[in-house]
Amino acid sequence: MKSHFGGKAWVFGDNVDTDQIIPAEYLVTMNSAELAKHAFVKVMPEFPVNVKEGDVIVAGRNFGCGSSREHAPRALMGAGVSCVIAESFARIFFRNAINIGLPVIEATLEVDQGDDIEVDVSKGVVRNDSSGKETTFASYPPFVMMLMEKGGLVPYTKERLGCTRSE
Amino acid sequence: MAKTMAEKILSAKARKDVRAGEIVEAEVDYVMVNDITAPAAFDEFEGFCTPPLEKKMVLIPDHYVPNKDVASAIQAKKMRDFASKYKIRNYFEIGSGGVCHQLMIEKGFVAPGRLIVGADSHTCSYGAMGAFATGIGSTEAATVFARGVLWFKVPESMKFEVNGQLGRHVSGKDIILTIIGDIGVEGALYQSMEVVGDTISALPVSERVTISNMGIEAGAKACIIPPDAKVDDYLKGRVRDTYEKVYADKDAEYSDIRKYDAKDIVPVVAKPFLPSNVAPASEVGVTIDQAYLGSCTNGRIEDLRVAAAILKGKKVHEGVRMIVVPASKDVFDKAMEEGLFKIFSDAGAFISGPTCGACLGGYMGVLAPGERCVSTTNRNFIGRMGHMESEVYLAGPAVVAASAVAGRIVDPSEVTG
Repeated sequence: MKSHFGGKAWVFGDNVDTDQIIPAEYLVTMNSAELAKHAFVKVMPEFPVNVKEGDVIVAGRNFGCGSSREHAPRALMGAGVSCVIAESFARIFFRNAINIGLPVIEATLEVDQGDDIEVDVSKGVVRNDSSGKETTFASYPPFVMMLMEKGGLVPYTKERLGCTRSE
Repeated sequence: MAKTMAEKILSAKARKDVRAGEIVEAEVDYVMVNDITAPAAFDEFEGFCTPPLEKKMVLIPDHYVPNKDVASAIQAKKMRDFASKYKIRNYFEIGSGGVCHQLMIEKGFVAPGRLIVGADSHTCSYGAMGAFATGIGSTEAATVFARGVLWFKVPESMKFEVNGQLGRHVSGKDIILTIIGDIGVEGALYQSMEVVGDTISALPVSERVTISNMGIEAGAKACIIPPDAKVDDYLKGRVRDTYEKVYADKDAEYSDIRKYDAKDIVPVVAKPFLPSNVAPASEVGVTIDQAYLGSCTNGRIEDLRVAAAILKGKKVHEGVRMIVVPASKDVFDKAMEEGLFKIFSDAGAFISGPTCGACLGGYMGVLAPGERCVSTTNRNFIGRMGHMESEVYLAGPAVVAASAVAGRIVDPSEVTG
């Protein structure tokens, strides 16, 4: 897992549900690049057009509520999003993100659309380069940190099963 | 150490004494996937060097079956092919199946004390039978196919006590919407809800399922109701294997305890765009274009009976489309035998076989810009049932049926007198 990354901030409010992240009519593929074309398409149509590799989602409370669709974090990964920072996460989204290796960080930021955001996971710091403000966040529990370091639940499971062949 | 129901079940399944806050790997009894979530789980699973734990797996196509387009047909075929390749017995084709959560309960996979996961957020429905059940992602489901275990953070628990006698036309849906309206859509985030009290004991199992089903709409990880003789009766002749009922200890610790008087609960509606935006049905009054009766939340025979009793001898209002979708083949057959379809059809309602389709805006009832639907489903997010300028109002079967007749959202008593 990369511990340092960053990009432009895409700012959202509270209770962004997974239907907004990827509407149900597009749940007919698991291809991340294909899903990415429809990420936030109903509520922020410019997102899939303008999002760049490394960009960061910054949101309010209860991000990712609703449906358990793993297509949601996969669509964001496919779009190049490097991490999601929210005041709080709905639990299934949080787990899905961790399990597929998308960093999710609980923190409250002062941020405007398009601000430059840098994240250092090892130090537990988010820096808003546009405003100069730094925000710290709590580290993951050890088990979750271990999963993130291994790259998610799939590599961990392969290790536990003793699978030797690589993908 | 006194334990909540969540702590007891997870301790038993982790084979050690655990309490809220700990992260454990626990043995899962069953893992369910549907046609939306299964394909990704299968792809991940094929990377593991082990045969699947077939007995634990349940495959239920329900979201886009019968297939809505070629892409969804490919996903459903992938499910069928996987079941065939690994000889998975618990695969339920259309014509013998239905909406996954209803089927999991009907087919006896769910029982008290079990730990069940499903790659669908409404898996928490099974808490109504005294199980710890929670929604997971596709990748997680794949790892359960392979190892039979999954990691869980043992949640804290909140207790909701409902006592007293419910009024006329008030159902489990009104109870859970009232609770969500009270605590908000993240009121139970990361937590397990325990819903108790003499009002809950008096409810049939079907209405308890409605309550547990919507726990996720308050952010809950599980929504558990203490199992009783009604659950035992329901399970007779249908449950797989044996089970043991689990209860919370008297002095278990809760992060919050909330009490409700049943007489204060009225027929309610959750207005757009959050399930917590709750108001009495009598105060809503907006006109509607569509009325939807069905889903894992309210597509059971008991729900259809409530609606049919209101619709009998009446007509769906001109300008309203009513759609009735029984949640499973069993529900469908019972509704036919009981003559409910005749009542719905005479009233001018459209009836279909089981599918999740319209609930998530997939097909079979998608809304155009500006349209409004009163629905017995579980989510009213922006664009949930169609265009982002369409609106969904969530309610119980009585409000939906009465509103279909009135042409606007009303308290059922306005139609029944």
